[in-house]
Order: sequence, then C-alpha cells, then structure tokens
Amino acid sequence: MADVRFDPLPWLILLPLAWAGLSFLLGPGRGARLALAGLSVQLALALLLAAQLLSGGAQIHAVGGWGAPLGIDLLADGLAAVMLLFTQAVALPLAAYARVYFADDPHGRATHAYFWPLLGFLLAAMNALYLSADVFNLYVTLELIGLAAVGLVAAGGGGSQVAAALRYLLVSLVASGAYLLGVALLYGVYGTVSIATLTPLISAQAPLAVGLAAALMAVALMAKTALFPFHFWLPPAHGGAPVPVSALLSALVVKASFYLMLRLWLGLFAPLSVPLAWLPGLLGVAAIVWGSIQAIRARRLKMLVAWSTVAQMGYLFLIFPLLAPHGVALQAGVMQALSHGLAKAAMFTSVGVLLRATQRDSVDALAGAAARLPITLFAFALAGMTLMGLPPSGGFLAKWLLLEAGLRQGQWVWPVAGIIGGLLAAVYVFRVLRQALLLAPPSSQFHPVPRSLEWIAFGLAGASVLLGLRGVEIMALLAVGGRS
Amino acid sequence: MSPGLIYALAGALLFVLGATGVIVLANLLRKILAFNLLGSGAFLVLVGLAQRDGGTDPLPQAMVLTGIVVAVAATALALALLRRLHRLTGQTRLPDEKEHG
Amino acid sequence: MTLNQALPLAVLASSLLPGLIIFMLAEQRVGMRTTLNLLGAITKLILVGVLLAGVHAGESYGFRYAVLPGLDLVFKADALALLFITLSAVLWLLTTVYAIGYLEGSPQRSRFFGFFSLCVTATMGIAMAGNLFTFFIFYELLTLSTYALVVHRGTPAAIRGGTVYLGYTLAGGALLLAGVAWLHSLLGQVEFTHGGVMAALGPEYAPQLRMIFLLLIAGVGVKAALVPLHGWLPQAMVAPAPVSALLHAVAVVKAGVFGMARIIYEVYGVEFAQSLDLLTPLALVAAITILWGSLRALTQDDLKRRLAYSTISQVAYIVLGLALFGPLGMIGALVHLVHQGIMKITLFFCAGNYAETLGTHKVSEMNGVGRRMPATTLAFSVAALGMMGAPFTAGAISKVWLSDGAQAADMGWAIWVLTASALLNAVYFLPILYRAWFRRAALAWPDEKILALGRRETDWLLLLPPVITAATVLAAGIYADSKWSPLYWAQLIAQSEYLLP
Repeated sequence: MADVRFDPLPWLILLPLAWAGLSFLLGPGRGARLALAGLSVQLALALLLAAQLLSGGAQIHAVGGWGAPLGIDLLADGLAAVMLLFTQAVALPLAAYARVYFADDPHGRATHAYFWPLLGFLLAAMNALYLSADVFNLYVTLELIGLAAVGLVAAGGGGSQVAAALRYLLVSLVASGAYLLGVALLYGVYGTVSIATLTPLISAQAPLAVGLAAALMAVALMAKTALFPFHFWLPPAHGGAPVPVSALLSALVVKASFYLMLRLWLGLFAPLSVPLAWLPGLLGVAAIVWGSIQAIRARRLKMLVAWSTVAQMGYLFLIFPLLAPHGVALQAGVMQALSHGLAKAAMFTSVGVLLRATQRDSVDALAGAAARLPITLFAFALAGMTLMGLPPSGGFLAKWLLLEAGLRQGQWVWPVAGIIGGLLAAVYVFRVLRQALLLAPPSSQFHPVPRSLEWIAFGLAGASVLLGLRGVEIMALLAVGGRS
Repeated sequence: MSPGLIYALAGALLFVLGATGVIVLANLLRKILAFNLLGSGAFLVLVGLAQRDGGTDPLPQAMVLTGIVVAVAATALALALLRRLHRLTGQTRLPDEKEHG
Repeated sequence: MTLNQALPLAVLASSLLPGLIIFMLAEQRVGMRTTLNLLGAITKLILVGVLLAGVHAGESYGFRYAVLPGLDLVFKADALALLFITLSAVLWLLTTVYAIGYLEGSPQRSRFFGFFSLCVTATMGIAMAGNLFTFFIFYELLTLSTYALVVHRGTPAAIRGGTVYLGYTLAGGALLLAGVAWLHSLLGQVEFTHGGVMAALGPEYAPQLRMIFLLLIAGVGVKAALVPLHGWLPQAMVAPAPVSALLHAVAVVKAGVFGMARIIYEVYGVEFAQSLDLLTPLALVAAITILWGSLRALTQDDLKRRLAYSTISQVAYIVLGLALFGPLGMIGALVHLVHQGIMKITLFFCAGNYAETLGTHKVSEMNGVGRRMPATTLAFSVAALGMMGAPFTAGAISKVWLSDGAQAADMGWAIWVLTASALLNAVYFLPILYRAWFRRAALAWPDEKILALGRRETDWLLLLPPVITAATVLAAGIYADSKWSPLYWAQLIAQSEYLLP
C-alpha cells in the first residue's frame, strides 16, 4: 500500500525562495508580512517533519524525481530535523523583531531596503544545507549562505560595515574554495559525491588524498564557524551589522557550518578523525579564553556580544575529542548549539532595545537601564544564564552532558574548560548587568522603545532557559538516525 | 603521467597560489582576482580527476558549471562591495584588524 | 497526579506564582502586592502544616520529572526537608511583614518582592531536593535570586558587594557541579537515601571519593561560610536589613549546611564517611571557623558586620555537630540549625530597627537605646543571651546537645572550642547590652526617621516580627521537651538516619 504522506522536504526550501522572490519584486523595504507568513508555515512544516520522523524514521526526497548519484537527494534524519526546527523557530521571532525594529529606525530605510529578500534566501540556503545528502550540494548551499549573509551585513551600511562585509566575504570564499577542493579530491578517489555511498568506502587505510580532503574541509568549516584562530572576521561583522542581522548571524548562520562539521566528523570521516580529535578541542579552549577576555574588555555593547559568540563557538568544539555516534557528546553539542542560538538571539535583541533607548553603543551608558527597561534586562540576564551554563537553562544541560561525556571517557580536561568558560562568561554578563543595575545619573535620558521588541527578546531568552526542561524530546528526535 | 593528473596538479598549484594571494595581497581588487584563481584551480582539479579511461565523466563537468556560476555571483558581489567601499571611504584595502573595543 | 505528588509542587508554587505576578505589578500597587505576599506566605504555611502532619503519620510525598534520559528532577518531602522547610516558611512570613514595613516608600519594591519570592522558592527547592542534581539546580537559582537582592539599592557599594558575593558563590557552584557530575559518572543518579549510597563502591574508589567529598563540601561550604570561603558574608551586609535577616542569616547559610547534612548523611552515609576519615578534618575546619568568626566579631563596630561574623561562627557549630560521629552530635546540629535561625533573625530584625528608626548602625552609637526602644532591645537581649547559651533559651539546648555529642564522639577538644566561643559571644554581646540598657543616650540620634509617639517606639510592622521570634527563642528553650519543639523533630530525624543495617 502506497504511503501517501505530505512530504515537507522540498517545501522547506521552495517556500522561502518564493517569498524572497516576491519580497524583492515588491520593492525596497517591503515584504515583512510575507516573510512572517512564510516563516510561520515553515515552522509548521518543520514540526510536521519532526512528527513524521518520530513515527516513521528518516525520510528521503529525490528532487525532480531524479535520485542519486546523478540527481540531488534531500535527506532528513534526526539531527537535520532538530536543526531545521531550531532554525525556523529562531528565525520567526527574529523576523517579527526586525519588522518592528526597522519600522522604528531613525536612520531611515536604506539600512533595511533588501532585508526581507535576503532573509528569505538565507533561510532557503540554510534549510537546503540541513537537507542535503551529497557533499557537492553542501558546497553550493554553503556558498549561498555565505553570499546571503554578506549581503545582510553590508546592506545600507557605512564604510566600516562594508569593510567588515568584504572581510567576511573573502574568508567565506577562500573557505568554500578549500571545501570544493576537498570535494574534488573525494570525487577523484571514489567517483561519487553522495554521502551515503561514500561513508562505507572510507576506512582508516584511505589514500592520502582522502586525508587531505578531510583536512581541507575541516579547516574550511572551522573558518566558517569562526573557530580560533580563524575568528578575526566575526567581531567586526557581527558587531557592526544592524541588530537583527547580528542576531541572525550569531544564532543561526555559524551553526550551519558547525552542523556540517559534525556530520562530516561523525559520518564521512569518522575512521580518520580519531588521532587528531584533540586539535579542535584545543582550539576550542583557546577560543573560549581569548573570546571571553575580549568580551570582558569590550567597550561597545554589540562588540561584547560578538566576542561572546567567538567564545561560545569554542564551547561547541570541545565535544570533538569526545565524539561517538549517538553518544552523549553529540547530545551535548546539539544542546549547546540550540541553547546558544536562542540565547544569542535573545542577547542581541535585548541589546538592540538598550541601544535604541540609550542612543549609544556603550556598556558604560547603561546605568539605570534596569529600572527603565526591566523586561529587557531580565531577557539579557536569562540569556546570560544560558551562556554561563547555570541551571535550569539549556546551556546548563549542555554543560552537564559535556561533563558526563568527558568523565565517562576519562578526558576531564574538556569539561573543566567548559566550567571555566562558564565562569568567564559570568564576568562579562555581569559586567553589563552590574552597570544596568546602578542607579541612573540624573542627566540620563532614555528614549522610548516599542514594547513588542522587549517582549520578543524576553520570549527568546525564556525559551533558551526552558529548553533545559525539555531535553527528553529533543534527544528522542536526535536519535532517529538514517545515518549518524 | 596521465593528462588528467597533470591538470589536477596544475589546478592544485593554482589553488595554492590563489589562496596565498587572497591572504597576502593588500589591494582588494587583487584579492578578488586571486580568489578567482583559487576557484579556477579547484575547478581544474575536478575536471582533471574526471578524466577516466574510456571517455570523460560528465558529472564533474556539471559540478564545475555550477561552481562557475556560483563563483561569478560571488565575484560580482565582491566587486560591488569594493566599489561601494571605494565610494564611501576612498580606500581599496581593508582597514587594519584592530581588536575592536 | 496524586495529592502526594502535587503537594511539593504546590509548596514551590505558593511563592513562585505570587513572585512572578509581583514582578509585573506597577510600583504604586501597594495593596495588591502586600496581599499577594501575605497570601503566598500563609498558603505556604498551611501546606507545610499538611506536610508535617503527613510525614509524622508516615506518608511520603514526592515528585519526579525526567529532564534527560537517566537524569531526573526529584522532589522529596522527608523529615529532614521538613525541618528546613518549616523554618523557612515561618520565617518568610515574618520577614515579609518586616520587609513591608522596612521598605515603605523605597523605589523598586515590585522588583524586590519578586526576587524575594524567588529566593524563598529556591530555598524550598533546595530543601525538598531528592537528589544532588535537583539540589544543585536550586542552589544556583538561590545564588542568582539573592544577588538581585544584595544589589537592590543600586549604589556603587551595593554593586561591589554583589560582585564579591557572586564571585564566591559562582566559584562554589562550579566546584559543586564538578563534584556532582563526577559522582554521577561513578554511580548514576545519586538519590538521597538514609544511610548513604556509597557503600556499594569498592575500596579502590576511596581516593576519588575523598576528592569528590572535598569538591562537594567546598561547593556548599561557600554558602555555609566556612573559613576560608566566608569572605562574601560580611560584604553582603550592604543589602537591606530584611535581606540580611532572612537570607544571610537563615536561607543562604542554612542552605549550605543543609547541603552538608544531605551529603554526609544521605549521600556518603555517616559511617562510610567516617571510614574514609573525612569527618575529623571537617570538624577541624568547623572549629577554626567558630573561633575565627567570634574573634573577628570582637573588633567590628558596625552592628550588622558584628552579627555577620557571629553568623559565620554560629553556623560552624552546626557543621561541627554534623561532623561529630554519633546521633547526639547530629541532633545538636539540626536543632541548632533551627535555633540559630530564629535567634539570628531576631538580632538582624533589631539591627534593622535601630538603623531604620534612629539611623544607628554602629555599636558605639547604641548608648541608651534601651530606653528609647525597649521592646526591640528586649528582643535583642533575649536573642543575644540565647547566642551565649544562657539557660531557658534555645541556645542552651543546642549547646548541651552539641557538647554531649562531642563527648560521645571522643572529641573532647570540641567542648573546649564550644566553651571558648560561648565566652567570646559573651564578650561581644554583653557590652552591647550594657550600652543599650545602662548608658545614657547621646543628645541626638544619628538620623531619627521615626519619631517616638508616646509608648510607640517604631512602626508596628517592624516591631512585631522580632518580638515574635524572641518569644520563640524562649519557647524553644523552655518547652524543648514537648512534641512541638524543633528538638523533638531533630531527634526523629537522627533516629531514621542512624538506623542503618
């Protein structure tokens, strides 16, 4: 009996493309409502997909009816479904935030003239990345994500913003080029790009070219995730872009390349990865330390949050020395990615409110904010809780899983680094909170900010904390494996 | 040494040259040109390794076509940004990476 | 969900829900806020009463929630939990009344009472935690919610005090997390069980278990203000008096020693801990803290700081009792947990009264205060005498049982420590009493904010709580043999903890 079920896979890519194109045609600055409608449907589709996976196992969709190896396959397993759900769930509130934020923008329309079409393209590319089943398609989607993200960073900005965008673009392009070279080498050795076909072929005795390909792809993805020492492009780009763009980049875009690295490390290159597994871990520790120090020293609020992203990305790489398919470390990494995404989105959105209110991008100008903007400060504090890994947040759950994974395998260095990272995060989070809790000097002025902005920030922050209580469902979804 | 392998090695060399160029050169236009060199190198490797005895394999050539399209789009974006940067600041190099405070 | 599952959650909700609502209230809605506060406190007392009756009759109350496969949030209202819960619930009601009076007219009261309620919720969670994981979660929540109260006034001094507090408590939390996770990796979920769960591990684990014990005790020891982890407590006195009273004299420090009780008795098991030679070092640290706290208290002129160092010293009595091997020591420790709480809160209430009514912050300014504020000073005197272990007060009971426990455990030196401390207590309290009652007042008080009107010495909201708690100090001492006394309950707990195979 034919299994007639609605297949959400292609729609998750087509729908954002559609509303992106329509928004573009509508003209500059238009398309917000279209985007919100589209994202709502996408979120529903992602939930539907999750439900289907929990009951039926992994799903495959051949685009245009042509399957691999010549056609393009879309594959949804547990990890992909979790990332898809996460992406739509964060993008929707951010879109709502952006709509109000830009409407209220004193700088006029130029900064967000093409925000909505670019957002749509970005989402289409990210969804496509999570669903891709062959390494070349992944290259294409990686490039698309990069281009859309650069467009978002550069749009309507001044000299420094365009320079940051250019730097980001060049790093992104070199990284993608290295990745493509890796794809080329793999194809040269095995004659296929499909991940499902390649995985059983690669063993510990693979030829040198495969090892080279693995190294190229790993370096490329580390650069795209801004892992130390390839982190230098992130603070200017995330710190200089408009607030909704920064939120999208820090919360979602860097997770895409991290996801890909996980996939390749666990699936494709699993036999090769063991001897060098400590390297990403070590770089992760360096990222945590360096990123936290810079965040503690930052004068500008947005820069503080951007450097915090550098540090938190380091966290994600602590799991690599501990990975085994479907093991605890994988759960830790995914939990951390999700929690950080929600928390960073919350942090940037609350910072956006604070900047609008104080009309200055400075940590020192925040005195009195706790009294005037309590919801926003609460949102920042809750987001900070996740970053610090304090219970009951999702960040704490991730830290706990990391501890468990590390202690079980006798490698306690990485969890200890995680704990220290949490304490360092506390220093810069409380730097902001301390300043905001000070009584306002009599000369301070707070401009009014639309309430909905505050509540969206609060909602995102609350979600990052409550995520800590829903671990069971996420882990169940994660375990649905078509391939690890 | 088969022609395919020669192409592939040449492509690798171009890739390395291009990558070095992007990192080392200061002028943005040259960086963009170096990126194109890098991309061409990767394409050449792909095409070169596609030469198999008994005719060429069409799949990598299709992939290269896709790659060229992506590279063109990326170059266009980079050039547009470069022009914008020049119009706004009169510079054609990236400012020094100060650790922003 | 059965009633037995719902009751622990209801206890948490009785302060969490009003707290969340209060956050939303506009500053001027004084009536609404007061109503919510009192309603929550009274509801909680009623629920606690139900729990007490139930546990006494042999019922069990608990609730589980799966956070991750293999990791549960567990709540359990057993006898030890109820000791702490009852103390906190009763004192919360009194402190709420006090705080309403104390903060009248201050800014940001909604935020204050919101976080106040969160603190109590966290304390309840700590008390009812059924495993180390749950304990840890609420322990950290307590840190965060108390921080907001310490920095409440928003002055640079308050912010600085908060930063020191946070530094100590977050570091302690990190150590505790390391210990809990390590234990979890060895044993899986560690639920609190009478007699401990460690005996299952073989002797090759001993060095690891000693390390873990160190981490755990250091982690809870920060909140319990054991030397050298006590530095935050005097700094935290920058908080408003209700905060110092309830939180730093009762909730936070008691959470620390409560954690120690759970760890020693229900994770390690006291006999296992003794076999690993863990208890004697702990007793030594406690003894050092007792003496150090009392010595530092001698040199403090600021009243709240003197009381803070006194707290450091007195809480260490409890730790000493826990570390004495034998049921008598445990009874002494648990009963002092309650007694010290009510005595200390009385002292802090009175200190707050002096500051709020007369602007008196220092001992040197307290000349003749007894004549101006007789009821307050009477309460202060009763509590101070209790601290010294005077007869008919609660403090005497604690001292007797602790000394007996030390004797039974063959640690006679501990009796000397206790005696020395009692003497030191006399040295730093008696002068205050002398000044208050027998010296003539200065011509003008530093900052008299509430003028005396006939017999009225200060606002009745500020007067009632310390009078009530002082009366309780006397009652606990005189009626210690009744079935309603904390002593009886402590004996009950010790029976169940020491009745092990």
